[in-house]
Amino acid sequence: MTTPTLTPPAADPRPGRDGSADAARSTPRRRRRGTAVDRPGFLVYGFLGAVLLGAVFPLYWSFLIGSGDASTITRQDIVWWPGGNFIANALEVIDNPSVNFWKAVGNSLLVSTVVAASVVLFSTLAGYAFAKLRFAGRNGLLIFVIATMAVPTQLGVVPLFIAMSKIGLAGTLSAVILPAIVSAFGVFWMTQYLKQALPYELIEAARVDGASMIRTFWHVALPASRPAAAMLGLFVFITTWTNFFWPFIVLDRQNPTLPVALSLLQSNYFVDYSVVLAGVILSTIPLLILFLLAGRQLVSGIMQGAVKG
Amino acid sequence: MITTTTPTTPAAAPPTRPAAQTERQIRRIAFSQRFGRWDVKFSPYLYVSPFFILFGITGLFPLLYTAYVSVHEWNLIGGQGAFVGLDNFTFVLQQQQFWIALRNTFSIFLLSSLPQVALALVIAAMLDRNLRGKTFWRMGVLLPYIVAPVAVTLIFSNMFGDQYGLVNNMLSRIGLDPIGWHSQVLPSHLAIATMVNFRWTGYTALIFLAAMQAVPRDYYEASMLDGAGRVRQFFSITIPQLRPTVIFVVITSTIGGLQIFDEPRLYDQTGQGGASSQWMTITIYLYNLGWGQLNFGRAAAVAWLLFLIIVVIGLINLAVTRSIAGSGSRARS
Repeated sequence: MTTPTLTPPAADPRPGRDGSADAARSTPRRRRRGTAVDRPGFLVYGFLGAVLLGAVFPLYWSFLIGSGDASTITRQDIVWWPGGNFIANALEVIDNPSVNFWKAVGNSLLVSTVVAASVVLFSTLAGYAFAKLRFAGRNGLLIFVIATMAVPTQLGVVPLFIAMSKIGLAGTLSAVILPAIVSAFGVFWMTQYLKQALPYELIEAARVDGASMIRTFWHVALPASRPAAAMLGLFVFITTWTNFFWPFIVLDRQNPTLPVALSLLQSNYFVDYSVVLAGVILSTIPLLILFLLAGRQLVSGIMQGAVKG
Repeated sequence: MITTTTPTTPAAAPPTRPAAQTERQIRRIAFSQRFGRWDVKFSPYLYVSPFFILFGITGLFPLLYTAYVSVHEWNLIGGQGAFVGLDNFTFVLQQQQFWIALRNTFSIFLLSSLPQVALALVIAAMLDRNLRGKTFWRMGVLLPYIVAPVAVTLIFSNMFGDQYGLVNNMLSRIGLDPIGWHSQVLPSHLAIATMVNFRWTGYTALIFLAAMQAVPRDYYEASMLDGAGRVRQFFSITIPQLRPTVIFVVITSTIGGLQIFDEPRLYDQTGQGGASSQWMTITIYLYNLGWGQLNFGRAAAVAWLLFLIIVVIGLINLAVTRSIAGSGSRARS
């Protein structure tokens, strides 16, 4: 399972740096490659431009339809400029009583934040122990963690649903949060990071000064793990925010997360795509803002060894 | 601070007071040492235990318990019924729907993973060039990743509309016949695979880009001296060096891809996977059995079957990875 993509994030003490930091840090050899002669030509930019267009176009199309009216979609000539109905369509989504838009936004925000915070906390705790503390059975347990990364836990939905119904949590946000509060990938990620980012000398210094184990964790390990913890939190937040299968099964229509509410837009009525796609844009805005603020961190997080899922 | 209750002579006082103090200090050290030893010994277990306990309860136990549910009659309303052995499995395996779902799942998976890996490799190779505005391009290809699968599906199911969709509109403009993106089997798989590819290609490209940057630059310089062009370098150096990464990406996307649910579920309003199950996947079949027909026993049987399929394919992949990684390192040394 340990493949080159699973290399731990670099122990860069400057958290603000993006993926290009490694280029800046690299050897003169890499620098030499970047002489003016080696600048890529028009073809490369043209190709990447086309890829970028492909990445943006569906969102633009969604806005195009979402700002038109019900007749826009059936017109034979394609309208390439947005109409003026986006606000009206968006309001129709927000005011739709069966969608519970604001409730869904609040729920998604709550669930994603709680899950991200707990995954980061538990992963850092366990990662610190695996990376820096000696105890019997450490290697065996770590191998177990790595093996569970490949287990499709989503397939346990049937008993999970039965259990949640039995203890009365079906339909509540707790039912969405509980199965997600730990992550094997998170533990592995923090272990790999702390192995190289946290020198033993620091821990020993704290211990010699008389700090207890938990104090050492809190004042030495936790600050050292901040860059990797931030990236982990970011990925968990996005994964939880976009998750559909389990929330769709366990939540009521009156108490949805955003993707569940969005799916109701399509299934509820006769489908007016201008409203549906206005809803799509509306629901994408929060993550779009996050992307603009933290897109660099996302890129370097993936490049430093993110795993799908 | 020092309270002397017994009157002592000034000469006798100094020896007794320090004695009492050291005794007190010794006891404190002994306690803190005992606590310290206990602290060192058990803290690691304390720190890893939340993960194992919570993962056991919410991840591992449900998965194993699925096997228990699958050999019982079990309904959403009635709850647990009689032990029925492998009846649920034989029932499922005799359903044509199951085999159609299996075919669809694999078809969509292949259509989404193979082109995605190929395109991501090319994009990564372009991003690996000495670009102006590196961060801009990297962020650009990652943009679709933040769009939720539900949102992606709603957009694409509109664009791939059979009647008024953008794609068919364009096709008819250049004089081609419209395609039944929803009504036909393969086109519907292609449309769903496109959604998956839209969301993940940039992400995969960044993983490949990271691996490409780890390839020693000497290889390229040496090959350049030998007169190899960029295309030749891509196929003779980059691809072989990236083979373990490619296989790793394929393994992880197998685990996720075979469980695909969001995209096919929302590809039309009914969510049943098409009028004649054109794009019904195994997870949709599972959902329909469990929450449509309220038969949890059979749904659990499907879940367990899919789990076994994923494990088998994972093991095959692992074997392939091992042999390729082995031959790769031999060739390099």
